[in-house]
Amino acid sequence: MLGLNLTLREASAALREGKVSATELCQRCLAFIKETSVVNAYITVREAGALQQAEAADKRHRRGQALGPLDGIPVAVKDNFSTAGIETTCASKMLKGYIPPFNATVVQKLLDQGAVLLGKTNLDEFAMGCGSTDGIFGPVRNPWSYSQQYREKSAQRGHISDEGSDWVITGGSSGGSAAAVSAFTCFAALGSDTGGSTRNPAAHCGIVGFKPTYGLLSRHGLIPLVNSMDVPGILTRCVDDTALILGILAGHDPKDSTTVQEPFQPFTLPSSIDVSKLCVGIPKEYHAPGLSRETVALWTKAADLLENAGAKVMEVSLPHTCHSIVCYHVLCAAEVASNMARFDGLQYGHRCDVDSSTEAMYAATRREGFNDVVRGRILSGTFFLLKENYERYFLKAQKVRRLIAEDFVKVFCSGVDLLLTPTTLSDATQFREFIKEDNRTRSAQEDIFTQSANMAGLPAVTLPAALSARGLPLGLQFIGRAFYEQQLLTVAKWLEKQVNFPVLQWQGVVDKEHLILQHNKLTSLP
Amino acid sequence: MRLAVMLALHALKGLRSRVQRGARAGCQLVDGAEQGARARKKKKIFGRLDTERADQWVGVVGLEIHAQICSNSKLFSSSRVQFAAPPNSLVSFFDASLPGTLPVLNRRCVEAAVMTGLALNCTINRKSLFDRKHYFYADLPAGYQITQQRLPIAVNGILTYQLQVDKKHDQLKTQTVRIKQIQLEQDSGKSLHDDNRNQTLIDLNRAGIGLMELVMEPDMCCGEEAAAAVQELQLILQVLGTSQANMSEGQLRVDANISVHRPGEPYGVRAEVKNINSARFLAKAIDYEIKRQTEILENGGIVLNETRAFDFKLGCTTPMRDKEGKQDYRFMPEPNLPPLILFDAKSLPANMNPQQVVNIDLIQERLPELPRVTRKRLVEQYRILPEHSFTLLNEDGLKDFFQNVVKVTQADPRKVIGWVINDLLGHLKQENLTVHQSPISPSALAELLDLLERAIISSPAAKQVFQELWKGEGKTPTQILEEKNLGLIQDRKHLEQICQNVIEEHQEQVEGIKKGNKKILNKLIGLVKMETKGRADPVMIKTILEEKLF
Repeated sequence: MLGLNLTLREASAALREGKVSATELCQRCLAFIKETSVVNAYITVREAGALQQAEAADKRHRRGQALGPLDGIPVAVKDNFSTAGIETTCASKMLKGYIPPFNATVVQKLLDQGAVLLGKTNLDEFAMGCGSTDGIFGPVRNPWSYSQQYREKSAQRGHISDEGSDWVITGGSSGGSAAAVSAFTCFAALGSDTGGSTRNPAAHCGIVGFKPTYGLLSRHGLIPLVNSMDVPGILTRCVDDTALILGILAGHDPKDSTTVQEPFQPFTLPSSIDVSKLCVGIPKEYHAPGLSRETVALWTKAADLLENAGAKVMEVSLPHTCHSIVCYHVLCAAEVASNMARFDGLQYGHRCDVDSSTEAMYAATRREGFNDVVRGRILSGTFFLLKENYERYFLKAQKVRRLIAEDFVKVFCSGVDLLLTPTTLSDATQFREFIKEDNRTRSAQEDIFTQSANMAGLPAVTLPAALSARGLPLGLQFIGRAFYEQQLLTVAKWLEKQVNFPVLQWQGVVDKEHLILQHNKLTSLP
Repeated sequence: MRLAVMLALHALKGLRSRVQRGARAGCQLVDGAEQGARARKKKKIFGRLDTERADQWVGVVGLEIHAQICSNSKLFSSSRVQFAAPPNSLVSFFDASLPGTLPVLNRRCVEAAVMTGLALNCTINRKSLFDRKHYFYADLPAGYQITQQRLPIAVNGILTYQLQVDKKHDQLKTQTVRIKQIQLEQDSGKSLHDDNRNQTLIDLNRAGIGLMELVMEPDMCCGEEAAAAVQELQLILQVLGTSQANMSEGQLRVDANISVHRPGEPYGVRAEVKNINSARFLAKAIDYEIKRQTEILENGGIVLNETRAFDFKLGCTTPMRDKEGKQDYRFMPEPNLPPLILFDAKSLPANMNPQQVVNIDLIQERLPELPRVTRKRLVEQYRILPEHSFTLLNEDGLKDFFQNVVKVTQADPRKVIGWVINDLLGHLKQENLTVHQSPISPSALAELLDLLERAIISSPAAKQVFQELWKGEGKTPTQILEEKNLGLIQDRKHLEQICQNVIEEHQEQVEGIKKGNKKILNKLIGLVKMETKGRADPVMIKTILEEKLF
């Protein structure tokens, strides 16, 4: 029997060759969603709907009329993409019960290709966060918390918790999508990426997370965080799968005026890759405080690998990087304050019981509907946009944003093809540690390497490169030139091959005795 | 013509238009305000212009006009635009602000704004931007309106309009008002307050319809000027087809910013007057407001910077409950719309899909004849009075009606205009009909005028035929004439007999005439006319009577 730890392309081949049916695949995924429910990756699982879709895919496969490589492939979608007839909550009380009447363009494109939509994945409320810990459906737990690898390392270090409280976060805000792919409950998932929300959890969950160039994928139907930075993100278990999904999703959408008009040419990545003509930049500003030693080592190792393969690796400077976080904070808050204005309880979503006046109803609805993080950003964004503050904050932040974007332009103009950076400072933090700092502080720490790609609208991809000493994934990121997706993913695939990242060995939730037993077994080994 | 001289003088001195306005405002104030102003009028008669200007309050009026764009679909969505459709039947997901929906700019609305801008001599910005203007209101579902605050589509235009001098019909003066900018923006929905059930109902049919906001500089000084400017703008928009511009249907909404000051001094604190739904009420509201503010200042009071509503029943303005006091709209660039780039023949990129670009030069070529030009042409071509040319254009279809009559009748256009404006339009107004609903066709009127021209019918009889035609029974003027026996008495003998009878029956008057009081002859003529029921030619009556009497 085929396992679920196939890549999408492998599963696609198996379906095509009749080795497995779409229905079987779907059933196994659904069963595994149940088995891994501790991860809390899904907000909504649509069992019946998914099986129906799978049956239809099987019929097509039997008739030899499959729609394409995605036909019958189980996928998941972050719960901030509108899905027709399926509740779309953004993990917020404000949208609980909201059922959109239309599909986001990227969702529609997946469905048009026969992809089987298993459900909607968990996130930080309105994608505001970097831990997937701040939604009304509770935090997402990193599947690696329940892996043999992490358990063994914990046991070796004598860190055995009997309360099950040593689990680590997924990162975020697309933690649910990252966990779903990482835990083998689906073959690909959609996330969104505004400051690193796809790449950060992908790195922590040991999968590939891709942020396309701004304007390449439609945002229509994606419930916005920061319109000028949001992009749909792709999460898969390998780079080839990402390229495949990208080919299906990319292209102009008449419903999104910010998508580029030029047609997109889908591509597959070559199996033998030559990086010798490549020039890879290592931004010196990315040696940030808090960067773990093992991450630095991994980064260096990857640079060496490239150099050894003949690539030119050089240090470059992105001098305005240090302003990125604060600049992002202003721009994000301002757009959030604006985007959230529509949630007033009048037409959809949560509405409070207060009806003394429309204004009182607005106030109470928004007080009840949003969590502290969202409310905090609305308040600061409103402040930044006040007439007297606009120039001092918003306008200045926009100027800084331009400087940050120009940093990249200068580097790329100097002949550098792409940049190699860490994705995160270190491996994933334990939840109980993570929540000791507030959401904003955490975002400032976690998004440090990912955010400027959003500021500049550039494509970036993270791929799992090694396990940390704690047995948790570490990711590396490539940032490419705008619309140079093919080059970016080709190099990522090359590195993917070199690092040979291990497969997650799912162990599940184990009781205390079992753990002790295992600990004894491990220690008894020579 | 003192006015014109005054203007010229100021122009010579190179004074700013503001001062000129101030000077003119003096007389306008007399029109607008009542008692207190009378005294000043007297003063003016004595010609003490200089001192008067220095101590007199004059009005300063600027307008903000929202014109609903005439287009099939809304500004940023494909919902249809239709008047009086069932509530909430024309609402797309975007119009309802469902999360994740994005605006897509309607090309037709852009073209309408460019065309309007060109007609108003604006500079068309090759690049313009969209902004969000935030405020919470139930009929604004997104919590913000998309507008063009920073860089609008058109700027620096001029609207030229004319108005009568001192109510004299044959004297018109030409004025201009500067157009600061034209910006594209979304309309809001409508709130319907149900006071009985203490609830508000929202209709989003209007939400998202394209508007052109025209901001006029405060170059006007009284209600009459503002009304004339608005009426001219209405005509222009209608001729362009960019807006139906009907004020009573809300396609044209005018807010007036009004202040008073003494010429040479800085502008006073202004009040904004809203809820004005006709040009006549606009004039009333402005003049009332100028009077009100003047009285406040005369009494040492302070004018408040506030929003006021015009109550057309009471003819006055009253303070409006302000939206939570002073608003900060927290403007922000609209991130979902790229800059709007317009092209001309030179800058048009070769590889662009023509459906995706707006070419200003093409729109310029398609610009129709503007009302001012049309009026001038009518006056020159038909030698009618300028005021008649206004009437012809102000009534939808009247100009075409007039021209269609002129085309087929032998009558002088100057006679035709009298019939068209006094008789036809008079009847239409009385029965509240449009020109298109007229029971009398241009050809019928032309036929009637021909009968008159060829002296087959007298003028009073022609009026009778007109009345018959108005009944709309499908008869031609000739048929009516024959049926009712309304033709002129061609038989001179018959007419002589009637005259003879009148002379015999009115010997007293005849004596008077013979004594030299020739005025009495007119009375006899009138009596003959009566006897013939208007079917006799007055010239012939006079000749016969004179022959018989002298």
